[in-house]
Amino acid sequence: MSGPVLQMRGISKTFGPVRALNDVSLVVNPGETHSLMGENGAGKSTLMKILSGAHVPDPGGEILVDGKKLPFGNPRTSKQFGIAVIYQELSLAPNLSVAQNIFLGEESARGGIVNRAEMRRKSQEILDRLGVSFRPSTLVARLSLGERQLVEIARAISLNSKILVMDEPTTSLSSRETEKLFDVIASLKADGIAIIYISHRMDEIYRLSDRCSVLRDGGYVGTLDRDELDATRLVKMMVGRDVSSFYKKDHVPTASDREVVMSVEGLGDGRSVNECSFQVHRGEVLGIAGLVGSGRTELLRLIFGADPAVSGRVMLDGRDVTPKTPRAALDAGIAYLTEDRKGLGLFLDMTIADNISMAVADRDARRFGRRNFAKARERARGAVDALGIRAASLRQTVGALSGGNQQKALLGRLLEAGPRVLLLDEPTRGVDVGAKSELYRLIDRLAQEGMAIVMVSSELPEIIGIADRCLVMREGAIVGTVSASPDTPISQEAIMAYSTGSSGSVQQEVTL
Amino acid sequence: MSETAINMPAQRRAQLKSVFMALGMLPVLILLALGFELLSGKFLSVSNISIVMQQASINIVLAAGMTFVILTGGIDLSVGSILAASAMGAMIASLWPGLGWAGIPIGMMIGLVFGLANGAIIALLGLPPFIVTLGSLTAVRGVARLMGGDTTVFNSDLPFAVIGNGSLFGVPWLAIIALAVILVSWFILRGTVLGTWIYAVGGNREAARLTGIKVSIVLLFVYGMSGLLSGLGGVMSAARLYAANGLQLGQAYELDAIAAVILGGTSLVGGVGSIWGTLIGALIIAVLSNGLILTGVSDIWQFIIKGLVIILAVALDRYRLKGGART
Repeated sequence: MSGPVLQMRGISKTFGPVRALNDVSLVVNPGETHSLMGENGAGKSTLMKILSGAHVPDPGGEILVDGKKLPFGNPRTSKQFGIAVIYQELSLAPNLSVAQNIFLGEESARGGIVNRAEMRRKSQEILDRLGVSFRPSTLVARLSLGERQLVEIARAISLNSKILVMDEPTTSLSSRETEKLFDVIASLKADGIAIIYISHRMDEIYRLSDRCSVLRDGGYVGTLDRDELDATRLVKMMVGRDVSSFYKKDHVPTASDREVVMSVEGLGDGRSVNECSFQVHRGEVLGIAGLVGSGRTELLRLIFGADPAVSGRVMLDGRDVTPKTPRAALDAGIAYLTEDRKGLGLFLDMTIADNISMAVADRDARRFGRRNFAKARERARGAVDALGIRAASLRQTVGALSGGNQQKALLGRLLEAGPRVLLLDEPTRGVDVGAKSELYRLIDRLAQEGMAIVMVSSELPEIIGIADRCLVMREGAIVGTVSASPDTPISQEAIMAYSTGSSGSVQQEVTL
Repeated sequence: MSETAINMPAQRRAQLKSVFMALGMLPVLILLALGFELLSGKFLSVSNISIVMQQASINIVLAAGMTFVILTGGIDLSVGSILAASAMGAMIASLWPGLGWAGIPIGMMIGLVFGLANGAIIALLGLPPFIVTLGSLTAVRGVARLMGGDTTVFNSDLPFAVIGNGSLFGVPWLAIIALAVILVSWFILRGTVLGTWIYAVGGNREAARLTGIKVSIVLLFVYGMSGLLSGLGGVMSAARLYAANGLQLGQAYELDAIAAVILGGTSLVGGVGSIWGTLIGALIIAVLSNGLILTGVSDIWQFIIKGLVIILAVALDRYRLKGGART
């Protein structure tokens, strides 16, 4: 076979102070399926965005396609070099036909007049090649998600792509659609197209990969050939790192002996959360791990009454409090920190004082619903001191604060409501290292004060660093619990094994 | 020396900018007033200012209600129609022997009921405000015509005519009512929990819900308020005219009210804005109408100039806020 179709050499990328990629190299041969694995945030997507021209890497690296140097930062150029990316969020126009979507932006036209017949004919050729049942004239809105993905692949073929990047293509597919996709991948390979396949699912990796590369913390760890693929080895490559002293855990880790504060029983929404049950104790930090899309956020939102539950109940101190609205949850003593503080949490145009006192403004009100501004200032000042929020004044708008201080302000609002259970969703996302460690200290202190804390996190070291126990979710269900004992921390390998659903052998080996 | 010379303009520009931010559209209003005074020589007379206030008053009241709605990120297109229905109700009630004053509460109640109906559909069924109030714009107009059998209702002996034509210490009652509405609105928006919730819902609706704010109550309130103030506007215009006509009254009033709110710097997305801005916006519209008449500009050109001034003023506003707050 001729040389590699793609060589990425020494690619680094920093976003502000954060180093997303550090000197990563990757070689892909024509006609191979090259899997890319790594935890959430390991840098897979960033690497692919550099390849597709969405991001410009730091100076020093280079990308060669068929030996030719690829100029950075231009999606159109990347396309012309034969690189196509099938995104997780599909980028089709649902109101247009299949043919129109395949040729979107590349319409065959003469003098600005689209040649529909020609587009339809060419589309039909490609669709035949993929062996699909829908027609070029079908509206994309009528297609299933799996079929839409095939339209995206058809678009890539129409551009004569040589490298096809698929980022977790099977997340929203049925098993039949997945089979169909695998058939298509096999036929594309036979035509000499290279496929970079990003997935967390071990079974897919085994089945498809010719080779598999692993990234961790933005760095390249290594590449395994097909005959070297082994779940234990892959998991170790993905997680192998030390838990540093960065995390703070002074609260007693044997809290599970203490009284149960909240008990969730068979809670489900009939879609992404499947009858989940667990208990959290006084003074305990309970982690919830799992891959993105495993239903962790949805579970927290159900407990908080932000979305309607179809089954189950939430018990607080033995009383059924199953909240129908966030308001009811707050009144019962359950608070929820959203993972999207700007979109779902803060009022960016309002002051720090208003943001912090918002949830209790009506409790504090004077007669006739008049605001108690003095009380609001007092609360805000207290929260600013207690949480170490760095702000010029209480009248500053929250939008002007740094990410870490915004997060603390949002946390401050929740604490003003006086919760007994605190649900934290990715509490340190988008927060710098210093603020991260302050947040850990804060969570630790709240646990010491007896609050029951449930923390969803995609950063395993964080869960291992501060949680006493960790639930692992996969496909909407709680599939395992990993506990820390006084002498052994929570096992990262065990969490990864549960969350990827890899064979039981990994687990045995790890626990042995 | 040279250093200060370089820094001076930048510093002054920053200062100027902060002054502009605080004043909003007030300079535009003052410039317009001075301009018309120079052109006509009679704009700034006491009697003319009184007329301007009177002409502005109904739009101020409608725009105040509209401010509540727009602050939540909504819109109320039905205010003109609700005003007509309320005016009809007020006139019909004013003809009841001995109970003529009942026209005031009845007019306002009619407005409140229609407003609450808008609010209930928007808050509880989750339909888009634009579409709901576009529907009620048409439907309530029909109700207004139905109420008087599609005729004009007169009452030359209107008990509450003093509201529309009387004055207190030389200040027209209409203007006093309008200013009172602004003060009450200011108190609600800035001084009460409900007001804070209104800004919160407009600023980030989902965050407001997750914070435990009862979003549906807030929405019910703002549309109810807009309806109630449209009802008050209906009473005011009935009192001024001694008559009401379901077909003609209040046509396109919603556009002037929306224009006043936008001129006042309130963001159509919600969450940002103030009732004082709305007052200034409504006054700018009234000054333009009055001034153009005084300077003898034809009716047709008045429309064109008014439209262009609104666009220009908002463009200026965007420029003023550029780099600062989001819109």
